[in-house]
Amino acid sequence: MNSPAVHAAGVTPNAPDMRRVSLRVNGKPYSAEVESRTTLVDFLRHSLLLTGTHVGCEHGVCGACTILIDGRSARSCLTLAVQVEGCDITTIEGLANADGSLSILQQALSEKHGLQCGFCTPGMLTTLSEFLRDHPAPSEQQVREAISGNLCRCTGYQGIVEAALLAASRIAADRP
Amino acid sequence: MTAAARPSPEPGHAWVGSPIQRLEDHALLTGQGHFVDDLHLPGMLHACFVRSPHAHARIRGIDRQRALALPGVHAVLTWADLPEAARKRVPVLLPNPAIRDPLNYWVLAKDEVVYVGDPVAMVLAESRYIAEDAEALVEVDYEVLPAVSHALEALQPAAPRAHLSVQDNLAGKLNMAYGDVAAAFDPAQGAAHVVRETYWQNRGAAHAMEPRSYLARHDPATGELTYWKAGQAPHLDRKNIIELLDWNPEKVRVIHPDVGGGFGGKTIFYSEDGAVCAAAVLTGRPVKWIEDRREHFLTATQERDQWWEIELALDDQARIRGVRLVMTHDNGAYFPWGIITPYIAVTTVPGPYVVPAMDIDLRIVHTNKSPATPVRGAGRPQGVFAMERILDKAAQQLGLDRAELRRRNLVQPEQMPYSVGFIYRDGKPVRYDSGDYPACQASALAAIDWQGFAQRKAAARAEGRLLGIALANYVEGTGLGPFEGATVRVQQTGRVSIFTGASAQGQGHKTTLAQICADQLGIAISQIDVVLADTAGISMGIGTFASRIVVNAGSSTLLAARAVRSKLLALAAHELGVAAVSMGDAGLSGAVPGLEQALELVDGSVRLRADPQRGISFAALARIAQAMPGFAFPEGVSAGLEDTQYFSPAQSTYCNGTHAVELEVDPASGGIRILRYVVAHDSGKLINPLLVEGQVQGGVAHGLGNAWLEYMHYDAQSQPLTTTFADYLLPMATDVPRVEMIHLESPSPLNPLGAKGAGEGGTIPAAAVIVSAVEDALADQVADRLHFTTSPLLPQWIVQRLHA
Amino acid sequence: MKPSAFQYHRPASVSEAVQLLATLDNAKLLAGGQSLMPMMNFRAVMADHVIDLNGIAELSGISLRDGRLHIGAMTRQRDIEHSPLVAEHCPLLVEAYHQVGHRQTRNRGTLGGSLSHFDPASEQPACILAMDGMLVIQSPRGQRELPMSAFGQGIMSTALEHDEVLVSIHFSVWPAGHGWAFEEFARRHGDFAMAGAAALLELDAARRIQRAVVVVCGLGNGPVRVSAVEQALIGFDTAALASAKPGTTGFEALAAPASQLEAFDDPHAPKEYRQRLAATMVARALRRAALRARGEFQELAA
Repeated sequence: MNSPAVHAAGVTPNAPDMRRVSLRVNGKPYSAEVESRTTLVDFLRHSLLLTGTHVGCEHGVCGACTILIDGRSARSCLTLAVQVEGCDITTIEGLANADGSLSILQQALSEKHGLQCGFCTPGMLTTLSEFLRDHPAPSEQQVREAISGNLCRCTGYQGIVEAALLAASRIAADRP
Repeated sequence: MTAAARPSPEPGHAWVGSPIQRLEDHALLTGQGHFVDDLHLPGMLHACFVRSPHAHARIRGIDRQRALALPGVHAVLTWADLPEAARKRVPVLLPNPAIRDPLNYWVLAKDEVVYVGDPVAMVLAESRYIAEDAEALVEVDYEVLPAVSHALEALQPAAPRAHLSVQDNLAGKLNMAYGDVAAAFDPAQGAAHVVRETYWQNRGAAHAMEPRSYLARHDPATGELTYWKAGQAPHLDRKNIIELLDWNPEKVRVIHPDVGGGFGGKTIFYSEDGAVCAAAVLTGRPVKWIEDRREHFLTATQERDQWWEIELALDDQARIRGVRLVMTHDNGAYFPWGIITPYIAVTTVPGPYVVPAMDIDLRIVHTNKSPATPVRGAGRPQGVFAMERILDKAAQQLGLDRAELRRRNLVQPEQMPYSVGFIYRDGKPVRYDSGDYPACQASALAAIDWQGFAQRKAAARAEGRLLGIALANYVEGTGLGPFEGATVRVQQTGRVSIFTGASAQGQGHKTTLAQICADQLGIAISQIDVVLADTAGISMGIGTFASRIVVNAGSSTLLAARAVRSKLLALAAHELGVAAVSMGDAGLSGAVPGLEQALELVDGSVRLRADPQRGISFAALARIAQAMPGFAFPEGVSAGLEDTQYFSPAQSTYCNGTHAVELEVDPASGGIRILRYVVAHDSGKLINPLLVEGQVQGGVAHGLGNAWLEYMHYDAQSQPLTTTFADYLLPMATDVPRVEMIHLESPSPLNPLGAKGAGEGGTIPAAAVIVSAVEDALADQVADRLHFTTSPLLPQWIVQRLHA
Repeated sequence: MKPSAFQYHRPASVSEAVQLLATLDNAKLLAGGQSLMPMMNFRAVMADHVIDLNGIAELSGISLRDGRLHIGAMTRQRDIEHSPLVAEHCPLLVEAYHQVGHRQTRNRGTLGGSLSHFDPASEQPACILAMDGMLVIQSPRGQRELPMSAFGQGIMSTALEHDEVLVSIHFSVWPAGHGWAFEEFARRHGDFAMAGAAALLELDAARRIQRAVVVVCGLGNGPVRVSAVEQALIGFDTAALASAKPGTTGFEALAAPASQLEAFDDPHAPKEYRQRLAATMVARALRRAALRARGEFQELAA
């Protein structure tokens, strides 16, 4: 949807600027042709058919599209697909255990009712995966700040916060 | 939140009432959900709408040549291109004689646009990117007309008209009254105190994280039209499609797959619903449209702009004698959902209090904004805000503790069932079915230590901090009829299926319904497949709103599962040679005394209690019941192990609750920090406490957003100014406190589960309680009497008031 | 909300980038993308060419040379936030970053991108102004340096010419033992400030203020130093601070000139509100900075 002010200024080059992008997503190599203006989230969802990552606002506030680029959380609606050439991307589809069972964090979210409609869940999971890796023993306030860039309209966040704390304690207990 | 959920109940416990992990979770946690935008159909076109940049204008012409010339553009549709039947307005749901001009959406604007974002044309292209390129190239010639933005100004004689076709902007009027209001306000007859105030609440959209998402496919070979929608009411969508496309009802199927939040905004059949379905028919290609967030700000329905002039009369013991009010409701441009919202708002006012007389003047106003339809709470937050705030003001005026004033006026448990005096939206008298309101308020006050607050306040003051405390009560009509059906079927595999027309937007209906069924059939919920919101799955349905699904679909599931249980027992008895049984004994009660004593249902089999080695599986029974060609059924056995019920409650159920909050206000910034938030609520019998707690916690978050963050700002020309998530602020994890909950369970006598519904109670009194607590914190910071009258209450308004 | 079509360029060096910038029409530089990409998605910006700076290694890095901290323009905000060098020599910036956006946006967002975007409410230009930062700017004509104080030209408008790229930022660090604080009021965690204040203080042996810098952001076109406050602070005796209640530190009166600054007036925040808030933020920042300089501030665990 455009703002009315820009209607007249539309510039459309005759030939789309197509690029090949090769990358790894959840450990698997992919390569695809993509128009350079394609956002990473559209590329993941529509070109690679990895639809677990969601689009909620397309202006970098809601966090539903959060993925990990080389282990760091980022908004995939504010990243172009062409920018992640050669990168390692992690999405929600890559977070379960190798045998398909839920990871500690995923399991904790289910037990603590940290998801309702599930639309913000991919962003919550990727953000918290990075956060718990960097902060193995977080406080509640730290968890809240970590997910402050992820909007959820359903849960009121409490179940998510408790799930993150539960997962942290279980991960710590698992560690020798 | 209480204990973590478990995959199954603790030994000896039923599924109903236990905190069970959801059936929905695994797919959603692994990225395997199925939302509409996850569906990719071959040949699919992507839609984008050309929308009015003006709040009110006449369309003089549309030039689409440049857009059509763009490679990848398939079509640009306008009103004139639509099939004939779709060139009328979308039918008004819930028409009401009080609406003078029952105007509703066009599928595409015919010749006039009446709010910013009103769809004028539809671009269909190979990708959304190209569709948006083309959208910028469609040239619409508008004659800009004066617009009305403010509902009170809209009622002025000289105000511009929101529609060219209306005489003035008063879209409807309603007067409702009971009791002798004149006497109630007469000092000679005992009205010792009269308190007056005007309140206002601002509007905002639902803002589910998943935008509206639509996909339609027409198969010309069969005439079948399939519509996938992120919606809340699949059968109502189907009804509208049939009307707008003049389609064979048997050839329209509506499916709501996973839906990423609803909160009311997805209940509506919008212009875009009609346009997407029409485009699929016109082009013969699947058509997908995904609303973007800016479109949600501009065009999704919104709620809460209302002005309340309210008067309260009390006797010398501070007992309420009567309420008089004039409420002005900004309805926006159209009536997709009738006048349900203002109707609920005013009938919610009495709440848990004995109000012997009331008089209500309701004025419904056209403005050039996106229509007002229910958003989580549906008018109740406004009614509760008006009543709770005027009670606070009365307490202030009378020098009485706010809790004590309320306590004196609560409906007592022995008065149940209690008739208020109104007719509710379901056409039945507002009649509270059950509940102990004094106990509810007392439990919230005890939890937040209301008595000890003065000491805490003083201690904080010594450190230079300002604390406030408040409470607010509500009663919420829920479980609205007339029905929501369910089919329970034992499949030939032995698994059990449940079908219902209800859709889910995160509430966990699959789990809840499966729990109800599991207890009846003696199986685990993992053995149950729940199919929601597919019009091919069940012939009739209504939808998910008004916290109605557990009462309606839950009861239907219970009754259907009981009937299936009887069938299982009867057939198994025959197969196991237990006794000759007539199906006529089964009935709906599920009780077949002799058989229940002889047989038990365990893990998907029916077996003899006396000889557990002897039994027969559900799968085997289902195959017998589905029959072999040419074989006759034994006497008393009928076809299929399935049953469909459309439970219809006699009237709405009524939940109630008390919210209490303690918070700190920074008088320099107007910023607030919530220290504790307590909810005591009675939602009747809880099916899954964990899910109910999730509803309450999430509802409170929504209410807090309404109370101090979310502010939908329009300028005088009705141009929305807050159209990004950077301008319109949703609550974040750092804004929402942990909600401490007390569950009271007064079973409703109106349905076999005793349930009431829990989707909105968290939202309803939140703004009232927050604003009251801020006022309490700052009361002694001003020389005069402090009374805040708006929701939201923005920090700059707090600071301005302190320095006024 | 999809960006309009453009040609994508990914230069490997600054000189290649500025050549592209000089020769292409309607080109935009893409740094972390946290401001530009939303504007492109809204089509509020429709570029014909996007020059991605993310492939230029020389633009990133943090180093301390001759008492000056150098930060490459493309250094990610999160790397600055977690840099031990910055923590030791410019803790003000670390404190400010805790209030900048969210971890996902700081992972991508860059210091240079934020300065070049020059949002008036942004914390980063305020901090660099407080540090008296110098900006290294490159064009096809070579490099030039510009003080931060001369960089801003209005709302989201800077002294960068159409063919110039911000390369790095450097500033002289304050001695160990200085006091610092960044204080702001935003509606929510991570939002832009409605008013914010950066304070840097140095005490003399008698624990009186001998050097002070005070910067306010969020009010008008860009961050401003409040010299009237800075001057009034010199000689202020901090002895009574530890026992003073918040709001009665003596800084409240000294901060008053901040309430005279030019400020926007809009429905979200009326002018007087922003001005009043600015003075409060300054007083609070000064209190914390002074307590830190005295070694009396109770730091929260990170």
